[in-house]
Amino acid sequence: MARLNLWRWGVFGLAGLYFLVPLAASVVFTVDVPGQGVTFDAYTQIVSADGFVSSLLLSLELAVVTIAVVLLLMVPAMVALRLGAPRLRPVVEVVCSLPLVVPPIAFVAGISTVLKWGPEHLSRTPLFQTFVAIQNPDFPFVLVLAYVVMALPFVHRALDAGLRAVDVPTLVEAARSLGASWPQALVQAVLPNLRGALLNASFLTLALVLGEFTVAQLLGFQPFAVWIYSIGGSQAQLSVAVSVLSLFVTWALLLVLAGFGGRTRTASRDES
Amino acid sequence: MTVLEKTATKTATKAATVEFRGLRREFGPTVALDGLDLTVRPGELLALLGPSGCGKTTALRMLAGFEHPDSGEVLVDGEDVTRVPAHRRDAGMVFQSYSLFPHLDAVDNVAFGLRMRKVRTAERRARAVELLELVGLADKGGRFPHQLSGGQQQRVALARALALRPRVLLLDEPLSALDAKVRLTLREEIRRLQQELGITTLFVTHDQEEALSMADRVAVMHAGRLEQCAAPAELYGRPATAFVAEFVGTMSRIPGRLSGDGVDVLGQRLPVDGQVPSVTEVDVLVRPEAVGVRADDAGDARVVATSFLGAAVRVTVRLADGTEVKADLPAHEATGLGAGAAVSVSLPERPVLVAERTR
Ligand SMILES: Nc1ncnc2c1ncn2[C@@H]1O[C@H](COP(=O)(O)OP(=O)(O)OP(=O)(O)O)[C@@H](O)[C@H]1O
Ligand SMILES: [Mg+2]
Repeated sequence: MARLNLWRWGVFGLAGLYFLVPLAASVVFTVDVPGQGVTFDAYTQIVSADGFVSSLLLSLELAVVTIAVVLLLMVPAMVALRLGAPRLRPVVEVVCSLPLVVPPIAFVAGISTVLKWGPEHLSRTPLFQTFVAIQNPDFPFVLVLAYVVMALPFVHRALDAGLRAVDVPTLVEAARSLGASWPQALVQAVLPNLRGALLNASFLTLALVLGEFTVAQLLGFQPFAVWIYSIGGSQAQLSVAVSVLSLFVTWALLLVLAGFGGRTRTASRDES
Repeated sequence: MTVLEKTATKTATKAATVEFRGLRREFGPTVALDGLDLTVRPGELLALLGPSGCGKTTALRMLAGFEHPDSGEVLVDGEDVTRVPAHRRDAGMVFQSYSLFPHLDAVDNVAFGLRMRKVRTAERRARAVELLELVGLADKGGRFPHQLSGGQQQRVALARALALRPRVLLLDEPLSALDAKVRLTLREEIRRLQQELGITTLFVTHDQEEALSMADRVAVMHAGRLEQCAAPAELYGRPATAFVAEFVGTMSRIPGRLSGDGVDVLGQRLPVDGQVPSVTEVDVLVRPEAVGVRADDAGDARVVATSFLGAAVRVTVRLADGTEVKADLPAHEATGLGAGAAVSVSLPERPVLVAERTR
């Protein structure tokens, strides 16, 4: 027993060192300026720089919309798949895993080709307006479309794991025999049991959107990751401060999401 | 007035008749139901009994509204409900697998149906607590399904199914996942509740003992059809077909020869009961308690094995032609009948069932 504990702590300590040492070194490097002692100049410089708030907000908006779209798309689809066509599952799994295989660079090349090609062919149709609208720099919906595709593998896996753990057909039938209509059965009997899976899927999507760089940069938009890269510039200290900051921002947001998930659990217990 | 009385008076007035008419359902190449006709009388507990895959669950699910027939209809109180969606069927169901909602505690599980009916929170919780009391789980209301044993979960499921005062109660092998002892107490409890509430109940099982001991009538199904529907005693004593005879209880087959309206078997000539096959080489079907076995040095049958059953001893005898016959003898008659003993076998002078020879 004691031996086992020792092992555990040993492994835990090693893993901790592996993560914490570089992080601590980065933090120290950014706050400890030779000759001036400890100073937070690098961070204040970033936060006060032009575009910090707007790019962060843009990233958050993108994340929220992406999560909403991908969940609205995938949850009904996967539940329907479980109930109606279990044999199609491998097909869907392969399709949803495709974005992992296609490199983002190829993906974005495809998107930009379509975006260029679209207006030429569609200039006389109402679709042209659509093409313009989705590239609005204030809220580039085309990024949401791209992120939805890129998040598919993660969301699929998270939801699949969640659905595996509950007997969806029986729960739906039990609810239906108790007078619940189809939508009621899904919302009141199935979804609450997928809470963990939904939270996981949102987590992964949030992390993906906050950290995504390639697609946004190449399409010429400026969410947080792109902005932070552009400001890092040539100053060594600043660029390290930037990566530390982006790490903390992402962590903070994930914690908020986790806290939110935890609270809704107790809330729903009281309500029902 | 207790909740039981309230529930009883509500349902007693409208115990429903259920009728299946010519139900047919195919799943690709398998025919799950092949023209099922069955009537369940108001307030009775009818057991659907049959081997695995004979379509019991399919029939039950059609009544619940989860499955739709290719042809035929389902009637409740003479009203065709074939096209009514499941959530308006007014049928409470207990499933074979544990089906409680994992995110709700016992009280909320029982109250789920009432919530769907928009009953006020305080009222539905009060009723749920009463129902839990009814199934003997008054103190477990706050537990979540994963904190309950299998038997307790099925009790909660039963309370949940009864909460809406359904017109029919459907039980699909609710006890099959439980251990023998719990199964025994729970089946007595289900029977007691069913009788007190007077609710029309369909109980699916492939355990014949369960069916015979609980049900008012037992419907034996075979390959998607009804073989026989009768009270347990009649089913056992006067099975209508060879299938029922062999499925319910133990049956031995003894080769015999049809001639005229009788059958020659074991050197006796006996009248034939029920359907007479059109061949002459037949098997006579006999229950172990009807077979007489006597120690007889001149007999050409040999005892193969004996096993002690308590009040009786089951003796397995091999006839001269190799057929094995099982006989139940009172313990005092079986003394001295060890393995290898020479015996003679006889049948009582009563009409017997015969079936086409299968070997
Ligand atoms: N959804 C389905 N898809 C394909 N075949 C099915 C389906 N449901 C039932 N069947 C088939 O129909 C037949 C009858 O099934 P059913 O579940 O009614 O049997 P059962 O009498 O309840 O058996 P058991 O005692 O094993 O539960 C079986 O051969 C089964 O394989
Ligand atoms: Mg079944």
